[in-house]
Amino acid sequence: MTAAIEGAGPIAGANPVTKLAASAVLAVALVLSLDLVSASVALALELLALPFAGVPWKVLWRRTAVVWLAAPLTGLTILLYGRTSGTVYVDWLLVRISDGSVELAIATVLRVLAVGLPAVVLFLTVDPTDLADGLAQLVRLPARFVLGALAGLRLLAVFWEDWRTLELARRARGVADTGRLRRFAGQAFALLVLAIRRGSALATAMEARGFGAPGERTWARPSRLGGRDAALFAGSVLIAAAAVTAAVATGSWNFIAGR
Amino acid sequence: MASGIRAARLEARSWGWRHASRRDWAVRGLDLDVPAGQRVLLLGASGAGKSTLLLGAAGLLGGVDEGEEAGAVLLDGVPSASARGRAGLVQQDPEAGVILARVGDDVAFGCENLGVPRGEIWARVAEALDAVGLDVPLDTPTSRLSGGQKQRLAMAGVLAMRPGLVLLDEPTANLDPEGVAEVRAAVARLVEETGATLVVVEHRTDVWADLVDRVVVLGPDGVVADGAPAGVFGQEGDRLAAGGVWVPGHLPQVAPAEAREGEPLLRIERLTAGRGRRPVLTLDEELEVAGGTATAFTGPNGAGKSTVALTLAGLLPPLAGRVDALPALAAGAAPEPARWRSRELLSRIGTVFQNPEHQFLTGRVADELAVGPRALGLPEDAVAARVEELLERLGLSRLAAANPFTLSGGEKRRLSVATALATRPRMLVLDEPTFGQDVRTWTSLVLLFRELLDEGAALVTVTHDDRFLSALATRTVALGAVGAGSRA
Repeated sequence: MTAAIEGAGPIAGANPVTKLAASAVLAVALVLSLDLVSASVALALELLALPFAGVPWKVLWRRTAVVWLAAPLTGLTILLYGRTSGTVYVDWLLVRISDGSVELAIATVLRVLAVGLPAVVLFLTVDPTDLADGLAQLVRLPARFVLGALAGLRLLAVFWEDWRTLELARRARGVADTGRLRRFAGQAFALLVLAIRRGSALATAMEARGFGAPGERTWARPSRLGGRDAALFAGSVLIAAAAVTAAVATGSWNFIAGR
Repeated sequence: MASGIRAARLEARSWGWRHASRRDWAVRGLDLDVPAGQRVLLLGASGAGKSTLLLGAAGLLGGVDEGEEAGAVLLDGVPSASARGRAGLVQQDPEAGVILARVGDDVAFGCENLGVPRGEIWARVAEALDAVGLDVPLDTPTSRLSGGQKQRLAMAGVLAMRPGLVLLDEPTANLDPEGVAEVRAAVARLVEETGATLVVVEHRTDVWADLVDRVVVLGPDGVVADGAPAGVFGQEGDRLAAGGVWVPGHLPQVAPAEAREGEPLLRIERLTAGRGRRPVLTLDEELEVAGGTATAFTGPNGAGKSTVALTLAGLLPPLAGRVDALPALAAGAAPEPARWRSRELLSRIGTVFQNPEHQFLTGRVADELAVGPRALGLPEDAVAARVEELLERLGLSRLAAANPFTLSGGEKRRLSVATALATRPRMLVLDEPTFGQDVRTWTSLVLLFRELLDEGAALVTVTHDDRFLSALATRTVALGAVGAGSRA
């Protein structure tokens, strides 16, 4: 679990629910078509909006590294194995690089970036507690479910500690030299036992504080929507609309379900 | 502060509870009447049903799916299960009491569940944190609190709900002396200011004896002793001590060990210990660990004691400096224990982890003891002989076929020590071996360690148990300032 970073920009202060909705809008608009134009327009506009996210550059690079890495890898796969059309440049075993696969590969790289970057950037500044507040109060998800998940999330860090200790303990018991796979399975089972125990202790602690008591629950932290939420959501709708419009206008829009 | 709290009366009427998965009743035929505002220390051997009674009083035992109930537990005449919020419970494990990521939110959680209006919640949160003396900003991450602070946080969370009855289940068992003092002071202030009824379960009676006005001792068939602290400790002292309770004036007397220094086994030079790449603690002293001696590392929770122990045990590599096994210990292996193979550790350094459950590998006590000797490649009859001997020596024979995870806290501890002894290591590293143990387990462990020292083994322990130190330690190394606070 990585903690939310302290963000200072106008986007960082928006409600987590808005951030969730904004990245969903972009993702939906961009997976509808597999063309070059919509992805590049969206990505260009997003890069222009990036400075408003309030995430320091260093943090940005580090946290988005996985996206920068995943995009070319996905592209490479499409390049080598994607649908063939036009001139074929390389044909070797299953690998076939053609005009079609080159174009598709570039479009895919841009698309992964255009969906992945805003999602990572928006979620960098999401605090799990604030998200839970928003999901329960604004989206009206059941409090029992949201708060249970939130409290459980805190245990992930504890489980990680448990895992490392289990590893050391196996070395101390003299069984860590061989049978890596079997040991992993045994260790996973031990972690499961500990997890169930910790989970039920947590449930007791929550019930002891009146969790699940009959009657209306109140919320200590109000989750509200404001001007910057409207701006963020409108911004993401605009980017999505611009991308789709540009693609349709240039005739490159190819509705994915239409094939 | 007193505003809004009305002390509750707790009554058990021929009450009993049997967990759905058990054949025996955890509590049976219990009659108890605690008037509003009284402060009660609840004692009894492990398995007498103390925790079950607290859960029952808090209304947390659940319905017919969870078990079978007889009689009733009442709060102000109302069954406890339908009096949510009237009783607040703090449990033993500080880690288990924390629910949310930020201090203020965690304290507010109970109020939210009870439907307290938003404006009032934050006033209550401030009041409750003040009452337990936890003076940190509301947005402090709960993961950064020490054990004592976590227990006070849990208490604040309970207090903010304004319960008429406060239930504490061994709240200080897992804490260092500083944490114990913090929690005790917080409880004293809490009952003083709110006048709430208090029921506390704790083996360490000396912590609470002055604070309570009644001691109740539970036995297998209900209350066995009941009265003012001095009277109960006077009359029942011996019986209580035999049942595992730490009673003032009935503490185990163990003469200090005579150090008989044997061969040097391990040398430590300018060690920096840490997990991963993050340094936790630096030891400036040069230390040598010799056979027949006990070296103890002391210091507050979070000072990095466990990390030092795991490093000396050859489980974590030193980040800087050296931990060298001398020829008598290395016995042909490389000088750095951290580079030994797992099997090479067995006959050289045994480790007993703070939480025994981390090191259990099998589903039977006897199998658990056989793991080490088998890994050493001993013939089956030799393995069986060692298992037999250890079961006998640690009083586990009757549990040979039991699942290690189902043992009591004291039994788990004895088993984890036994697994380390099974391969007869020259050196034993023990992380808080007496943590939360009752007096019987404590005494049996100290006597066992004493025998090991006499046999020439070296002990390296991490502990904050003063009695343990005076009974065993040849040398004490105080850890603190360097790593303190840097560990989250």
